[in-house]
Amino acid sequence: MRLPEPNKSVIAKKPHIVAALRSVVQDENVIEDPEALKPYECDGLSAYRQLPLAVVLPETTDQVSAILKYCDAEGINVVPRGAGTSLSGGALPLADGVLLSLGKFNRILDIDYANRCVIAQPGVTNLAITNAVETEGFYYAPDPSSQIACTIGGNVAENSGGVHCLKYGLTTNNLLCVELVLMNGEVVRVGGKQFDSEGYDILGLITGSEGLLGVITEVTVRILRRPETAQAMLIGFSSNEDAGACVASVIGSGIIPAGMEMMDKLAIHAADDFCSPGYPRDVEALLIVELDGPSAEVTELTARVQSIAECSHAKSISISSSESERQQFWTGRKAAFPAVGRISPDYYCMDGTIPRSHLARVLSRMNELSSEYGLRIANVFHAGDGNLHPLILYDANKPGHLERAEQLGADILRLCVEVGGVLTGEHGVGIEKRDLMGIMFNDSDLNQQQRVKCAFDPDGRLNPGKVFPTLHRCAELGRIHIHGGQIPFPDLPRF
Amino acid sequence: MAEILKFYNEEQLCGTIKWAASAKEPLEVIGGCSKPGLGRPISTNYRLDLSGLTQIDSYQPDELVLSLGAGVTLVEIRTLLKQNRQELAFEPPDYSSLMGISTKTATIGGVISCNFSGPRRIKAGAARDHILGIRGISGRGEIFKSGGTVVKNVTGYDLSKLLAGSYGTLSAITNLCVRVLPAAETTSTLLLLGLNDADAIDALGYAARTSYEPSGLAHLPRELALHCNVPDAATPSTSVTAIRIEGPPESVTDRIHSLQKTYSHFHTTLLCEESSRTFWQEIRDVIPFSKMLNRVVWRLSVPPSAGAKVVAEIKRHVSCEAFYDWGGGLIWLALDPKETAESNHIRNTLKTHGGHALLVRARADIRRQTSVFQPQPSALHALSTRIKDSFDPLRILNPGKMYKDI
Repeated sequence: MRLPEPNKSVIAKKPHIVAALRSVVQDENVIEDPEALKPYECDGLSAYRQLPLAVVLPETTDQVSAILKYCDAEGINVVPRGAGTSLSGGALPLADGVLLSLGKFNRILDIDYANRCVIAQPGVTNLAITNAVETEGFYYAPDPSSQIACTIGGNVAENSGGVHCLKYGLTTNNLLCVELVLMNGEVVRVGGKQFDSEGYDILGLITGSEGLLGVITEVTVRILRRPETAQAMLIGFSSNEDAGACVASVIGSGIIPAGMEMMDKLAIHAADDFCSPGYPRDVEALLIVELDGPSAEVTELTARVQSIAECSHAKSISISSSESERQQFWTGRKAAFPAVGRISPDYYCMDGTIPRSHLARVLSRMNELSSEYGLRIANVFHAGDGNLHPLILYDANKPGHLERAEQLGADILRLCVEVGGVLTGEHGVGIEKRDLMGIMFNDSDLNQQQRVKCAFDPDGRLNPGKVFPTLHRCAELGRIHIHGGQIPFPDLPRF
Repeated sequence: MAEILKFYNEEQLCGTIKWAASAKEPLEVIGGCSKPGLGRPISTNYRLDLSGLTQIDSYQPDELVLSLGAGVTLVEIRTLLKQNRQELAFEPPDYSSLMGISTKTATIGGVISCNFSGPRRIKAGAARDHILGIRGISGRGEIFKSGGTVVKNVTGYDLSKLLAGSYGTLSAITNLCVRVLPAAETTSTLLLLGLNDADAIDALGYAARTSYEPSGLAHLPRELALHCNVPDAATPSTSVTAIRIEGPPESVTDRIHSLQKTYSHFHTTLLCEESSRTFWQEIRDVIPFSKMLNRVVWRLSVPPSAGAKVVAEIKRHVSCEAFYDWGGGLIWLALDPKETAESNHIRNTLKTHGGHALLVRARADIRRQTSVFQPQPSALHALSTRIKDSFDPLRILNPGKMYKDI
């Protein structure tokens, strides 16, 4: 993985930069000592590490604005960071860059039940929003598995999903407003407590932009009333094909479950050994289907899913009969990653999405790839929306293993795109999938995306080296090749 | 009079936009022309008619995905999806009657370009939330795509969202991939009768905060309810406050009972199936204002709980009719065109409560004098201008449709 060549003259200016940052924030909110910088050297993609030039922890929007304005003027790169739980290296520091942590933006500013929304600073964790409103019977729907730690600002940057986004949508569908500081220090607000924002949908563009367009300093999200009831089912199958067919039949019958998760044998056994959720061990694939909503509806739809599962040759079906049993069904799925971590020294988590109808084909091709590379793959994924999380098992201490795991991962993602899917469903491109962008997008697609980046950050100072495989100068992207001529297609119908 | 060029494929369209870029010839982009007079008046020598891009590229009911040309009409989409008991969950509205047009020619490209959503917006999200992927031609004459054909996708910037609601000022949209969803099996609407605006918005807000998952929350004052084409809504001769419940039959019955208990202190009546559907179609398509064609119509998007207050404040200065959708979050206002100062009153009111106002229907001379879209703070406007530059630096596509310079 190649990052932009660090600018030595910027590194040489470190004492000046630290002093300038300290003129904006309190002294202790600038970290420069290599030992103290260590905790910031990587995010959730820990295979890549780099100490930043310095870390700055502003406490107000004005400070963020002053820092960005200074860095813009001085030609210093900036990497924004929330909790650092990104699995794609989105918050990986740069040797010549200031790491801007939003860790001190940790307050909930307003809870407005009348308009069903919460205004929070970006460093508030995803789960803290739900915790703040649950006494009134509300919750924040997107639930990435890192929700205890990951921040709402980071969720916006990555457009985080989770188990329940099949029914309730991703971050982008639950976001009402952000305050955003541009690289030139300007502060803009987009959206509000109303349903739709007007003008260009900058809110939609910012969501999932991976810290390349601006620094978010305030977030307003929609909260929802907790469903009256929820029920989970464990459905075992003797083949991946049967499980895949069952998923398609449930959706095809007009049911959108709150969540529909699938695990393969390796993942089932790892999870069952790890926390004993009581998963059937004699099946090849396991579906966890959760239905939520008004009680009468859940009862009715559970019965329908049961009958579809029976028609899809289910080997076993259990339905949760209590809230504690429902939660027990989920423990195995929620602990799947650490459970797989126990059966292998290291694992590499992939995140492609495919059209559901290709599930069985992709899984069998993945098995072939697994044998070819000599690396085991455990599959845990959001079956309802076709979002795969193959976990590639490897041992970083064995020479060449990481590289092999990465190549296998790239092959899996190529396979996803080949069947009409995409490189990343919810983890983001970051540095991890950056060089694969060309599989999905041609130059014209990527150039248009980079032109949009130019509208926000013309010198490319924010999070450079992420998302885009090639960095172009904005002047070069903006050039227009004029070719004169007459109005073409004289045979067009005219009125 | 502009010359209209009608396109049947992307290649022809791309060639023409390339030519226009080299000749610096501005173009107006149109779909089904079901919303003429929406936006700032612009004048160009050529209009690009995309209503010929009518191909259905793929429809996979099990995948809940539909890929199609931007020129496919909403009527055709509804018919197609109905065969599999599916629909576009955001209830795309058809404003042709509101705009005084008798034919139903609204296209998917047009509705997405304006990001217009119907009553189910409160539960299912906006038009922009249902686009999975998009293809378009920028003002540089370059074809690009964004997104894909799957629901869960964070690969690259989400340019689909940017194009939704851009009124054709960034790109000519040629193809879309949209998410489709199962249509509700049953629909029922509980009408609360005789509430004033403030009490109605409170009652709707209460319903929104229950776990009954209402999929429509609207309020029609008496004078507008009287003209409703649904007899059960018109005959009580009172205002009607409507709460829609959709889903499997057992669940709808159960929730309606619960709501009836909750609102037992009000007079109520129930709209079932067809009459419920017709009622919400009228709300969706703004039928209450389709007959008063001489009136100017505004669409206000505000924090839902502020709905009644916003209208009360505007009514202190201007005489108007108003009704509410989205639990108070969407206000439709009809005013006398002589009230020339009305836009100031509307915009001043929104300064206090938040939100924005769009002038949807007015004579060209009024649209020329008034800001049709909500004026933006300078930093946000400058950013919007730079975004326009990034797609259309030569100002070829719908120049001036949204703002003077955009």
